Amino acid sequence: MPDKPDRNAIEVVNVSKIFGSGEGQVAALDTVSVSIRENEFFTLLGPSGCGKTTLLRLIAGFDFPTAGEILLYGQDIAPLPPFKRPVNTVFQSYALFPHMTVADNIGFGLEMLGKPKAEIKARVAEMLKLVKMEALAGRRTSQISGGQQQRVALARALAPQPKVLLLDEPLSALDYKLRKEMQIELKRLQHETGITFIFVTHDQEEALTMSDRIAVMSSGKILQVGSPWDIYDKPAERFVADFIGETNFLTAAISEMANGKARATLKSGATIEATVAQGFQPKPNATVVVRPEHAKLTKAKGELSGRVDNIVYFGTDTHIHVHLDSGELFTVRQQNTRSAGCGFEKGDAVGILIGSDAAQVLKD
Amino acid sequence: MATAEEVAKAAERRDVRDRWLLSAPALLVIFLAATGPLLIVLVYSFLTPGSYGDVKWQFSPEAWIAVFLERDIFDDTLSIAAAHVTIFLRSIKLSVVTTIATLVLGFPTAYFMATRSEKTRDLWLFLITIPFWTNLLIRTFAVLQIIRNEGIINTMLLKLGIISAPIQILYTDTAILIGMAYVYLPLMVLPIYASMEKLDFRLVEAGYDLYATRFQVLRRIIFPMVKPGVIAGSILVFIPALGAYVTPSVLGGGKNMMLSNLIELQFGQGRNWPLGSALSIAVMIIVMVALLAYVRNAGKSGVRHG
Repeated sequence: MPDKPDRNAIEVVNVSKIFGSGEGQVAALDTVSVSIRENEFFTLLGPSGCGKTTLLRLIAGFDFPTAGEILLYGQDIAPLPPFKRPVNTVFQSYALFPHMTVADNIGFGLEMLGKPKAEIKARVAEMLKLVKMEALAGRRTSQISGGQQQRVALARALAPQPKVLLLDEPLSALDYKLRKEMQIELKRLQHETGITFIFVTHDQEEALTMSDRIAVMSSGKILQVGSPWDIYDKPAERFVADFIGETNFLTAAISEMANGKARATLKSGATIEATVAQGFQPKPNATVVVRPEHAKLTKAKGELSGRVDNIVYFGTDTHIHVHLDSGELFTVRQQNTRSAGCGFEKGDAVGILIGSDAAQVLKD
Repeated sequence: MATAEEVAKAAERRDVRDRWLLSAPALLVIFLAATGPLLIVLVYSFLTPGSYGDVKWQFSPEAWIAVFLERDIFDDTLSIAAAHVTIFLRSIKLSVVTTIATLVLGFPTAYFMATRSEKTRDLWLFLITIPFWTNLLIRTFAVLQIIRNEGIINTMLLKLGIISAPIQILYTDTAILIGMAYVYLPLMVLPIYASMEKLDFRLVEAGYDLYATRFQVLRRIIFPMVKPGVIAGSILVFIPALGAYVTPSVLGGGKNMMLSNLIELQFGQGRNWPLGSALSIAVMIIVMVALLAYVRNAGKSGVRHG
């Protein structure tokens, strides 16, 4: 990862947002704090209703926090209306102005800022080039495709050179191929413009491939903040481990904790080495997670043993579901080769090998 | 043998012909009902007035001359013609001002309604339509009760000591204006509301996000998007306002006549049916010209929803 300057673009400090009143009160955000660094591609990831869009809207200024501060380069912007914040948004629905051309849409922000006409024209041309839409500048936004609208929305939000760009699930309306393309495009744009991006999504794959750092959210709280690698391989909580990728949950007793590592004794009696999530409090039945691709299936003995329950072919790999002798279920993911099968059949008695750096102990 | 294409074409022709035949009776009725009376009015405007109303079947351009006041006669008919001009101008002025007043009041009302939750929206819509349940005459008399010298407004102001003598509102142009604005307000609110309801308020947020102030958002985003509603509302208010009869006769007290009152006078006391007919046609022409000019102007700034 390239070096990022340590300056924080956005600091969210103990922010709560409560909708409704009395009995019908709902806390969309519950004392959330997070710092987003300058020039970072930061993702808010979580299922719908977790508060990620609410947090984005608070930063944009469409809603105001019930409590807490939102700092933009150290200055509290929480009470400012959206048009006084040097922050722009790419909306999920794009929200392009249907009565204006592509070029007018892109120039709108600059026009409202009172920039001179010549400057607007030059900047719009630059933006059109950046998103490769020069040929369609004079079109109405209803006359261009979804992917093109997406580009216009990006160009419109980038044109006024905001300090922070907010993206609210901008790719969710695109089909799979176009989405892949736009993911790469977005990374390129972020790199070229050097603007801090805050990206909201419920798509874990999108989050993992694009982000410098990810904040996983659930029920109005941020559960874990870290690099994609951290989030995927060292989940702190069950929700994070479960929400991102597929994973196996095992019950274990933890001993010899030191330097973030420990020994975990599984129900089968085998002992494996595991990393321990920060904030873990020793307890008799801890949860250990092992990703399906970090375990290996063998016909000999392993740390775990059981019978093959089901075999599912996925093209690139095969998922083998094993019913463990302890009663738990375990999935192993095995890379496919061209000619040979996976080497196992339903009902086979198998052992599972768990490598020395495959297990993580959750704090809950 | 006919090709498949020819058969299909023939079938389509038959289909079109049958459709016309089937709807012919309805079309005929509508056509006669719409144009028949108008033709009679047009013909009457070129006839000679009868002594006790009605017309004599004798061609005469007299009526049209009286409308356009191009003739100079010895006696003082010229003053009557000047009154026509005054009434024409007053009617147009009052209708335009009424349209503007209903727009100024109706636009925020429609905005307010459209921004409520879906359930409460229906309630507001219902409340807006309530006045339509009451007879126009009764509503107009209600306005009279409010603005007359011993009415609610004057009594209140007197009691509060803000004025020492009642303000004469009744029987002035202002009274007609108040009455018409009240009566026609729903006709402005409803079409604007219909446009506003379809407005995607995320566009408003996008506007704020792109540094537009509240006023700029209103002018650059909301207004262009609901313009079709504003145009429809303005037409719906302007046309009946120009032809308003009850409101000016009750609140204007016969002194401040509008076109409809003038026309009514010709068919009643004036016993000059041809003049009444000519005036009616003249009003129609004014409306048509005004509408064409308005729509063309409004269309020029180019709002098209895709």
